[in-house]
Amino acid sequence: MSSGHSFRVITRTVGELLVTAGVILLLFVGYQLVWTNVQADRAAAEHTRNLHDQWSATPDGPEFDVPIQNGDAFATMHIPRLGQNFEVPIVQGVSLANLAQGVGHYPETVLPGEIGNFSVAGHRATNGEPFAYLDQLRVGDSVIVETATTWYTYKVYEELIVAPTQVDVVYAVPGDANAQPEEALMTLTTCNPRWDSYERLIFHTRLASEQPKSSGRPPELQGA
Amino acid sequence: MYAWMWRQLPGPWPIRLLAALVLFAVVVVVLFVWVFPWLEPRLPFVDVTVDETGSASAPLQW
Repeated sequence: MSSGHSFRVITRTVGELLVTAGVILLLFVGYQLVWTNVQADRAAAEHTRNLHDQWSATPDGPEFDVPIQNGDAFATMHIPRLGQNFEVPIVQGVSLANLAQGVGHYPETVLPGEIGNFSVAGHRATNGEPFAYLDQLRVGDSVIVETATTWYTYKVYEELIVAPTQVDVVYAVPGDANAQPEEALMTLTTCNPRWDSYERLIFHTRLASEQPKSSGRPPELQGA
Repeated sequence: MYAWMWRQLPGPWPIRLLAALVLFAVVVVVLFVWVFPWLEPRLPFVDVTVDETGSASAPLQW
């Protein structure tokens, strides 16, 4: 066997391995950009459908099936700024498995409408990316939480970009571990910048109004 | 490498082509079901929570 032959075998094999690596990378891009969204959108749509079925079956409540177990969808979130039809289920827990089915509720924080800081996390990119365009929110915008019995309309009052370790944004009183909460707040967290995660994009909102489901949709969602 | 694998496949070329496509599909399924989901938390796209470690793959404090 000549040295020219083995040189050809080696270069050909290296070339084939490089092409293989390229194909695997392309497959990964397809997985991350397309497939995770397909799966997450399907899971979220199923949660939303099940919640509405359940809510119309028992319009008088209970508001939540307590105790809410990790992974249970218990409410939905509407953000008119992101579209009149924007609705995403809120799932208990913030593991990656939870966040692949909607937005996740930090389980240590209070429930919608309660005094304290109801806090949720959502993906900015991939896995359904409910908060892909959350940066378009402005101070004063409504973020509406729908439960079995009630509409809660929160209004954005502050936008922050913080370090990923700054857990005080989801404290009952943001930034103050020892303060006694007196207001019903909601905090949204997602990664920043989109496609990376060395910061977190935070929106603090405050409960502005609530109304029972029986009195119709809140004015911000009339068009839907 | 691929020429060698092609020669290992049995039968006439249509059968070999079918076998090659099935093998490729198996590789894709293994990647999508096991390899990519394992890789995903190690990349920075899915870190959206605030926690004391700053990483989605570590146990969440919050």
